[in-house]
Amino acid sequence: MIRLDGLQKAFGDLRVLEGFSLEVETGETVAVIGRSGVGKSVLLKHVAGLMQPDGGEVWVGEDRVDGASRTEVNRVRLEMGYVFQFAALFDSMTVSQNVGLALRRHGVPEDEIPGRTRASLERVGLGGWEDRYPAELSGGMRKRAGVARAVAPRPRYLLYDEPTSGLDPVTTSMIDELVVALKEDLKATSIVVTHDLRSAGRVADRIALLREGRVAWMGTPAEIRETDDPAVRAFVEGRRDLWPGD
Amino acid sequence: MRLLQPIQWIGRGAAAIAAGAGRTAAFAGSVARAATEVRTWLPEFAKQARRIGVDSLPIALFIALFTGIVLALQSSYAFTGAVPLYFVGTLVGKTIILELGPVLTGLVLAGRVGANIAAEIGTMRVTEQVDALEMLAYDPLAYLAVPRVTAGLVTFPIVVAFAIGIGVVAGWATSIGLLDLSSHEFVRGLRMFYRPFDLHYALIKSASFGVVVTGVGCLFGYGTSGGAEGVGRATTRAVVVACMTILVLDAFWAMVLL
Repeated sequence: MIRLDGLQKAFGDLRVLEGFSLEVETGETVAVIGRSGVGKSVLLKHVAGLMQPDGGEVWVGEDRVDGASRTEVNRVRLEMGYVFQFAALFDSMTVSQNVGLALRRHGVPEDEIPGRTRASLERVGLGGWEDRYPAELSGGMRKRAGVARAVAPRPRYLLYDEPTSGLDPVTTSMIDELVVALKEDLKATSIVVTHDLRSAGRVADRIALLREGRVAWMGTPAEIRETDDPAVRAFVEGRRDLWPGD
Repeated sequence: MRLLQPIQWIGRGAAAIAAGAGRTAAFAGSVARAATEVRTWLPEFAKQARRIGVDSLPIALFIALFTGIVLALQSSYAFTGAVPLYFVGTLVGKTIILELGPVLTGLVLAGRVGANIAAEIGTMRVTEQVDALEMLAYDPLAYLAVPRVTAGLVTFPIVVAFAIGIGVVAGWATSIGLLDLSSHEFVRGLRMFYRPFDLHYALIKSASFGVVVTGVGCLFGYGTSGGAEGVGRATTRAVVVACMTILVLDAFWAMVLL
């Protein structure tokens, strides 16, 4: 389970999270949607311990992440996979070295690393691209390589930061199918941050709308189509005139 | 109010300097702590030693070559008639070993190595590669900063030693080729005031320059924010600060060790 309780975060005068609370049950996938710049990635970085909140608590399983020591946070991170918005592949390494590094770090025996690396890359459709450098890949391929690196160690928790932003509809659909397949295979507890509502509907068990620093609405993909909540309707229909406060 | 303005400027300047010094000290402390993670940085050390040391040799030797030639020619021009010509060997040796070898090499490598480190780590920072390292439970400083700083500490003295050798040989070749000086006379001048401590002094200075150039590159690269513009800004600052620190350190070592 991942639990965020009353999370507060400000950058100078800009208050990004104001009492944000969310519980993601074990094995569940929650998509957090919201307008650009609303603090979705900031939220994810708090879960991973990459940022410290000004207030509130972050729990991953039985471990409290906020305020924990580096050793404690690292122990949690080794059970976590993080898919970065722009993949964040190490550009001095080949694709297979990127995945191999993650496996090695998770204590996978050296003789198993080549096989598991190949299997992870084949799973995301990058078989045969092992020896390429990130600069030689397209945006979609880089994202898939980032997914391969995150899931290769078979983590218990998965955090996806805009996994489909900037991708064409076919590649988006491919990434969505991958997220769903990984969920079924790994039974991981996942948070998907996105502003792509269609993608959120495909991969998530529940969807949370982040607005003004907190969860403004929460429901299943089926419920989001039925709700009269003006902010959700504005988001679903892409209508700025419905957005509260605009 | 206008009368108070200079005091405000001085106050703000002092506060900024104090904050910068605090950040630098905190960063140095974190790098020192990260150095205990030997299993993380040791595998990266050889790669960084090659990039920082071996790959810097051509430019360092090129500069030393022409420094030696010019020193021999200028000292012979200055000595004409007043000082015996074999003092060309003394001046070339002393100047290159004590000052120009370490300082010129340090300044050039501040541009080559310091800029490279700041740009590389800065790019990793803005593209979230540093965060990705953290997510793999690495201490980014152990992985990025420690191997570079230790490579600078070890390889700078070696590069400077080669540069000193080439500079002196270039001075010798110029003296016997272009000046009215024999090889024997040049070597006599070279050995006249030479003390083994001169070389130790040069190598100690070089090691400190190695730490400064790589450390400052890491400091500014690690603190990068703001995309490509931020990387450019960090790179420029790293080079400027490293050059200034080298000159301050040069004076410091002269006062402390000579």
